[in-house]
Amino acid sequence: MYSDNPRKFIGGVHPDDGKALSCEKPIRVAPLLEKYVVPVPQNIGKPPKVIVNKGDLVKKGQLIADADGFVSVPLHSPTSGTVGETVLIPGAVGTMIPAIEIISDGQDEWGSALEPIPDWKNTDREILKKRICDAGIIGMGGAAFPSHVKLSPPPEKVIDTLILNGAECEPYLTADHRLMLEHPNCVLEGAAIAAKILKVDRVFVGIEENKQNAIDAMKERAGKYGIKIVPLRVRYPQGAEKQLIMAITGRHVVAGGLPMDVGCVVQNVGTCAAIRAAVVEGHPLIERMTTITGSPVKDPCTWQLRIGTPVAEALKLAGGIVAPAAKLILGGPMMGFAQATLDGSVAKNSSGILLLQAEETGQYTSNPCIRCGRCVDACPMRLLPGPISVLVESEKYDQAEQAFVMDCVECGACSYVCPANRPLIQHFRRAKAEINALRRAGKK
Amino acid sequence: MSEENMKPMEEVVLPPAGSLLLSSSPHVHQGESITTIMLKVLICLIPAIVASICMFGLNAVLVLLYCTAFCAVFEYLCNFLMKQPQTVKYLSAVLTGVILAMNLPATVPWWICLVGSFVAIIIAKQIFGGLGQNPFNPAAVARVALLIGFAGPMTTWVTPMQGFAATSDFTTGATPLGTAQMASGTEISLTTFEKLESTDALMQSFIGNIGGSLGETSALAILLGGIGLIVFRLIKWQIPFAIIGTTMLFTWLVNTVDPTLTPGALFHVCSGGLMLGAFFMATDMVTSPITHRGALIYGAMIGLITCVIRIWGAYPDGVSFAIVIMNALVPLIDRICYKRPFGWSPASASALQMRRNEVK
Ligand code: SF4
Ligand code: SF4
Repeated sequence: MYSDNPRKFIGGVHPDDGKALSCEKPIRVAPLLEKYVVPVPQNIGKPPKVIVNKGDLVKKGQLIADADGFVSVPLHSPTSGTVGETVLIPGAVGTMIPAIEIISDGQDEWGSALEPIPDWKNTDREILKKRICDAGIIGMGGAAFPSHVKLSPPPEKVIDTLILNGAECEPYLTADHRLMLEHPNCVLEGAAIAAKILKVDRVFVGIEENKQNAIDAMKERAGKYGIKIVPLRVRYPQGAEKQLIMAITGRHVVAGGLPMDVGCVVQNVGTCAAIRAAVVEGHPLIERMTTITGSPVKDPCTWQLRIGTPVAEALKLAGGIVAPAAKLILGGPMMGFAQATLDGSVAKNSSGILLLQAEETGQYTSNPCIRCGRCVDACPMRLLPGPISVLVESEKYDQAEQAFVMDCVECGACSYVCPANRPLIQHFRRAKAEINALRRAGKK
Repeated sequence: MSEENMKPMEEVVLPPAGSLLLSSSPHVHQGESITTIMLKVLICLIPAIVASICMFGLNAVLVLLYCTAFCAVFEYLCNFLMKQPQTVKYLSAVLTGVILAMNLPATVPWWICLVGSFVAIIIAKQIFGGLGQNPFNPAAVARVALLIGFAGPMTTWVTPMQGFAATSDFTTGATPLGTAQMASGTEISLTTFEKLESTDALMQSFIGNIGGSLGETSALAILLGGIGLIVFRLIKWQIPFAIIGTTMLFTWLVNTVDPTLTPGALFHVCSGGLMLGAFFMATDMVTSPITHRGALIYGAMIGLITCVIRIWGAYPDGVSFAIVIMNALVPLIDRICYKRPFGWSPASASALQMRRNEVK
């Protein structure tokens, strides 16, 4: 099934990657801040229940919100100090979400309830899985899906492959790149732990070819863990789950299906490093690599930030701006979320804080589709974005559904190329919401 | 460096609140717009424009100017009167004008240009909703309408290379296609075809030293521009490939079966509006299929219809007719040639259907 020449998915685009701004610079560890604002709902599924009150003293790594149900993970204090107010801050997608303030006492004293498990090789799989949940680990590539759920496939699904997503196909972001380059062992050991939990011995790491030094660093050490490094073609969205699985294993996840249907589990490389920290060192997920970058930023670089670092503080670390910024984006330019204010916080899935100047980003008005077909060539899911968008515009949702709009992964490749500047993704999101609403209504 | 470090920290500037734009992802764009695409197509038309001016001199310039100006003005006026946003800036009307001019003989009077532009812009495009909404290629519709309405001036083909002579002094003659049609099936057919198919004659029509409309004379110039279109990915290469391929195949077959009916494949490719139609008219994005597979079917059908009209039809050339006919079938072709999404399989499709039914 595996070949040394990874397969190419059809479609995709090749945006200006902007990674040169930060890819040469080593990861910097952020100094301790006076105050952290930790958003409570971070994972997909149920948000955790807050268990601390204003004025409580907490240690670094102490539980501040506990998991609520299976698809939910706990939350830990980023440093030692006092619990402050519970405030409302804008979440990545723009809704206001509750967040807990932690006022630092400057000691940064560990108080994690998790015991290190250095001998994980001889530890029961269930204990490891529980540890991953207890450490609050979620998909750090952006999906924010609780990792222990991904690592607990239903028994009828036979899983034979674990794939690490190190493609980092989003332009500008270099967090995974630097992580793999500087801490390859952490990533690989985390992958080995995940492989043990899944009982698989086929483990691949997919890395885009533009990160040659990371590929080399990982290759050097991968043999020890029996892990294979697969260099991937540089093409957005190479890191999309289905495209990644296809490139590495040749298997096609059927429309509407999940990776586990074809025996695969995909984890982000950052998630794997977090898994290792949780198991081997007993550290819950309170830190992550985040690239603070963009042409207006004075000193673009990848930082090791605590979860809950306010965006404004993070930008200060990078030296602020030297040119007017028109857009602030959490994540990358293709799939990230624009922010209206600097009041948000770094969450477990914030892979980047990106600033763009007015001429790099655009405010467009939608024009009629000229049927040039560029979106068709760009769509990695092989849809017909242009014609579908016309259907959505005239609210023909049933026809849009027949045209497979539900298979759209919202990668943005179509909008990126459209010469008519059509807001294709927005049309598809709207269609999906409408269709889902119709389906729900039909169910009742 | 160290001295710099000693300086007090400069104040850190952050983006001022309220200055940030909100919009959905993606936040970057490739940069191509409708205008740049149309501009690039216009640039690819330069060889053909230059060739036509070399052949027909001032008359060609006038026809080109009339058509582009009339087309742009009609689009402007129509948008203005209908209180619609102006679309002239997309250069689509200018492009239509140039292509329309390419379809006209150099000797047409200005009012033919006017009528042609009116048909192209108002009747074939704006009435259907303007840019992106027209089912038929405006220039092809205009050519067909003019050919039927004003057969006289539209089929007065002047022999090129008469430079800047006054209109009345042009000598007119039949196009090779006309000659071939007239001879077809008669006793002089074989000798006529032989003359038409001689290397010399073919060379002449390839370079452009034959009678015809502005864009029909020089297959070479069109080919140059056509290569540009393909290299810059402005058209689907499948369309000209299929049109020219089918035409060659079909005429070769007919010629082999009955040599008195029509000349061979090379003659058909070099003469008439085939090159112009294949590269610049059939490929119009708005009116051609959106998938590659559809483009192949569409092109093959255009080639076929063209040949049928040329060989058995009442008109010597049928490219524009073929394009207009196939334009009408594009929605159907698009329906047949939808693409299966990534991961599609019969099993997945039925599974999906089952799940949908369950949910329902
Ligand atoms: S956003 Fe959807 S329709 Fe557009 S390219 Fe991506 S998958 Fe295709
Ligand atoms: S890229 Fe834009 S203009 Fe071209 S077909 Fe797609 S939606 Fe239409």
